[in-house]
Amino acid sequence: MSSNRPLRYLSDLDYSVVQQCMHCGMCLPSCPTYLETGKERNSPRGRIALMRAIADGDLEVTKEFGEEMYYCLGCLACTTACPAGVDYPELFENARAEVEHQDVMFHPDRRFWRWLTLHQLFQDQTKLRIVGRLLWIYQISGLAKLVRKSGLLRLAPANLRELEPSTPKIARRFSDQLIESRESPEGSAPRYRVGLLTGCVQDLVFSGVNRDTADVLIENGCEVITPRSQGCCGSLHAHNGDLELAANRARAMLDQFDVSSLDAIITNAAGCGSHLKHYGNLLKDDEAYAEKAREWDRKARDISEWLVEIGFRAPEPGPTETSGTSSATYHEACHLCHGQKISQQPREILAAIPGLELAEMRDATHCCGSAGVYNITQPEQASKLQKEKVAHICATGASIVATANPGCHLQIENGLPEESEVSVCHPVSLLAAAYRAERG
Amino acid sequence: MSHTFDALSQIVDPCDLLTEPEDLIPYGFDGTAALKHKATCVVTPRNVEQVQAVVRWARDEGVPIVSRGSGTGLSGGSVPVDSGIVLCLVHLDQILEVDPANLTILCEAGVITREIDEAAAPLGLFYPPDPGSMKISTIGGNVANNSGGLRGLKYGVTRDYVMGMEVILPDGEIAWLGSKCVKDVAGYSLKDLFVGSEGTLGLITKVLLKLVPRPRARQTLLASFDSMEAAARTVSEIIKRQIIPCTLEFLDRKTCQCVEDFAQVGLPTEAAAVVLMETDGVPSVVEDEADAMEAIASENGAISVERAEDDAHAARLATARRTAFSALARIRPTTILEDVTVPRSRLVEIVSFVEEVAKKYDLEMATFGHFGDGNVHPTILTDETDQAEMERVEHALSDIFDKTIELGGTITGEHGVGLAKKPFLPRQFDTASYRLLSLVKKSIDPEGLLNPGKIFDREEPASA
Repeated sequence: MSSNRPLRYLSDLDYSVVQQCMHCGMCLPSCPTYLETGKERNSPRGRIALMRAIADGDLEVTKEFGEEMYYCLGCLACTTACPAGVDYPELFENARAEVEHQDVMFHPDRRFWRWLTLHQLFQDQTKLRIVGRLLWIYQISGLAKLVRKSGLLRLAPANLRELEPSTPKIARRFSDQLIESRESPEGSAPRYRVGLLTGCVQDLVFSGVNRDTADVLIENGCEVITPRSQGCCGSLHAHNGDLELAANRARAMLDQFDVSSLDAIITNAAGCGSHLKHYGNLLKDDEAYAEKAREWDRKARDISEWLVEIGFRAPEPGPTETSGTSSATYHEACHLCHGQKISQQPREILAAIPGLELAEMRDATHCCGSAGVYNITQPEQASKLQKEKVAHICATGASIVATANPGCHLQIENGLPEESEVSVCHPVSLLAAAYRAERG
Repeated sequence: MSHTFDALSQIVDPCDLLTEPEDLIPYGFDGTAALKHKATCVVTPRNVEQVQAVVRWARDEGVPIVSRGSGTGLSGGSVPVDSGIVLCLVHLDQILEVDPANLTILCEAGVITREIDEAAAPLGLFYPPDPGSMKISTIGGNVANNSGGLRGLKYGVTRDYVMGMEVILPDGEIAWLGSKCVKDVAGYSLKDLFVGSEGTLGLITKVLLKLVPRPRARQTLLASFDSMEAAARTVSEIIKRQIIPCTLEFLDRKTCQCVEDFAQVGLPTEAAAVVLMETDGVPSVVEDEADAMEAIASENGAISVERAEDDAHAARLATARRTAFSALARIRPTTILEDVTVPRSRLVEIVSFVEEVAKKYDLEMATFGHFGDGNVHPTILTDETDQAEMERVEHALSDIFDKTIELGGTITGEHGVGLAKKPFLPRQFDTASYRLLSLVKKSIDPEGLLNPGKIFDREEPASA
C-alpha cells in the first residue's frame, strides 16, 4: 500500500461531477439491475445519490454501500441514456476505490483473490502466462476430464467448483509466438504505423484474434508494432477499486510503446479500449507521465473504429466462395457501445464481408452479464442477463454471433445451449478470414 | 420506528419494506432540482390488497403517506415528508385489458407510460400523451399530475384520456370512478377531481384510458429562425390557417446546443429559435399540411426548413426534444425548470420577459417549450451551493410567475404544484377559488394524511 493515496476518494472528487446528476430518471430504463429489482438504490441515479451522500458526509461508507457498488455491472448503459452528461465511469471507479480503501467488504477469501489477481497475475504477464500454460496442460492432457469424472472437484470450494466448467480454454500459442514485434505490409511502403495491444486475457485465450487484428491492419497498409509480454492495461484494477494499481499498469503500458512515433494504438478488446482511452485522467497528477498519457488517449483506437477511420478495403468474394450466404448477428459489448460510443463501425465491417448477412438481434446493446468479473462476483444476476442475451441471439437464427470483447465472447459461448451450432467470433476475425478467402 | 416496521412487514413481504439508509436515500427526491428529504421507510406493495392494508394501517396510526411511481415528477410532489412513509407503486405494473371494441385500455398504476402506447400499437390504436419522461414515468404518476407532453396541441393531455380509475381513499375504502361509456353524467365527475390531485386525495391504483386510432402517416419539419418573433409569427399563422399539427415545439439557441451535444440529430445550433413541427393523420392530409407549414415558415422569415428524412429520423428528433431539460444540465450544476403557461397569443411576450429577467438578475437561462400550447419552460442554469445566486433565482422566478398571471396564464401548465409552486399558488387563485381548493382537500382527506404539505401547507390535524 502506498502512502500517497488520497484519504477519501468520493469527497476529494470534484463536486461538480457528483452534482452533474439532476436525478431526472432518464437512466432508469437502461439499467439492468434497476429493471430487475425496481429499487432506486439499484439504479444509476440511486447509486449516485448514495455517492453524493457520502461526499456530503450524510452517509458512512458501509458494507451495504460496498455491496451496491459491486451489484452495479459497470455496463455504462446509463451513460448513453443520460442527457445531462454525467461522468458515471469516474464516479463508479472512485466509489469502488472508496469501498476498497475503507475495506468495508473485508473477507479473508476476498482479500486472497484480490491479492492473487490484481496484485500478482494481472500485474505481470509472465506470471499470468505461467498459470495459463499450466491450465492449458490441465485442459489438453485429459487431466481436466479425469478430475471432473473423479469427483475430486467436490473437495474444492463451492465457488471454484461452479466456475471450473466455464474456465476459458487456453490457446496453444500466446500472442508473442504468433506476432513478430514488427510486421509490415509486403511490397508497398506502409501508410500508417500503429501499436497493437495484445492484452492479458486476449493474449492467453484469444491470441488468434490478436493475429487476425495484425493481419487486417497489415492488409490495410499499417505497419504493426507489437511489444512483447504486454500484460493488463489496468482496466481490471480500475473497475475493481484499485486506482493505484491501475495507474501502475498505465505507466507500464506507456513505457512499452513509443507513442510519438505511432499514428494509433490499437486494441481489439472493448473493455480495455474503454479504459485505456482515459490514461490522461488517471495520470493527470503524474508529471513524468501526464503529457505522454494525453497523447496516448488521442491515439488510442478500437480496431473497428480505426479501420473505418482509414477507409478499410472491403474484401472481394474469393475464388472458392461457395454459393449461399451465412448470417451473423452482432452483440454490442457495453464498453464499446456505451463506453466508447462505437456502434456503427463493427456493423460496417460485417456488412463488407462477402456472403455475410447481418441479422439484428433484439436489445443488441443490453449487457450479457459478463461485465469484467461480474459473472464471478454476482453469478445470479449475470446468469439472468446471459439467458436473455442467448435467447435473443438464438431468435435471429444466425449461425454466427460477432462481438468485440473477450468477456462477452466467453459469457455468450458458455451460455449457448450444448446442441447449438452458433459460433462466437470477433468481427475482425471474420474480416481477416474474408481477406484470406480472396486468395483462395 | 420499529413498531412501524413490524406492522408494515406484516402487510408486505420483508423485501418490499425498505428501512436502511442505503435504501432510503435514493427515495429522498424526484426529478426536481434542489428538493430532497429523507424518507423514514419505503413500502413497495405487490397488489391492491397490500396497498389498501397499508392505507388502513396509516389511517389507524395517523401516519402520512407519500405515494410515488418512478419519481420523475418536476414539482417535488413525491418528495418524502416528516414522519411519513413512502408508498411506491412501481410493482403494480400489469396491463389488465385492451378493449378494441370500446377503444380502452385498463392498467395498473405502475405501468410505464410508453408501454401503454406499445400495447395499443399492434391493434392500430394510439395513446397520445407523451411526457418527456414517458420511457420510465408511470401512468399513475401521469394521472396524478395530469401530465402533458409534446402532442398537447392536437391531442390534449392525460386528463383527456382518463375514462375511469380505481382509487384508495384516505380511509382505506376502494372506490371505482368513471366508466367505459363515452357519455357519463351520473353525478359529479369524480374521476376528474383525482386527475392532477398529486396524491393528496387518494391513491390511484388502476386507470381506464381512452385510445384513439393510430395516425397512418406523419411528417416532421424543422424550421430555424433568426428571431423568436419570426418563429412565433409562423406558429400563429399556421393556427390561423386552421392547421392543428400534433407538435409545435420550440427551442432557443442554448437548448439546441445542449440537445445537439447529447443527441447529435442535426439540430441547427446557431439559429435564435428552432421550431419542430409535426403533423399526423391521413396520408394525403398530412402531405398537404406539411407543404402548407413549410410555405408558411418560409413566408415568415425562416432561415431554413428541413423535413425529417424518414420516420426513424422524425422519431429521433422528437426523442431529442424530450431530453431538452436534462440536456441543459450539461452547463451548470443545478438546473431549475419551470412550466409557466400563457394564452397562445401572449407567448412571445413571456419569452421576451424571461430574457429580460435573466439579464436583470444576471442569470444563465434557456427557454424551450410547447409553442402551440403557450406552455414555456424557462430553465435556470445555476448552482444550488451558491447562496447569493440562489436568492437571485428566487426573485427571477417570482417575477416570471407575476408576469404570467398578469398575462392571464398559469404558474404550472403540466408539472403540478407539489412543493415547488406551492408558495405562488395563492397569487393565481382568488380568495374564493383558493378556499374551494382547500375545501376539497379537507372534505376528502380531513386528517391530512395523504401527501401533506404538497399543494397546500401542512396543517396540524385539528385535535378532536
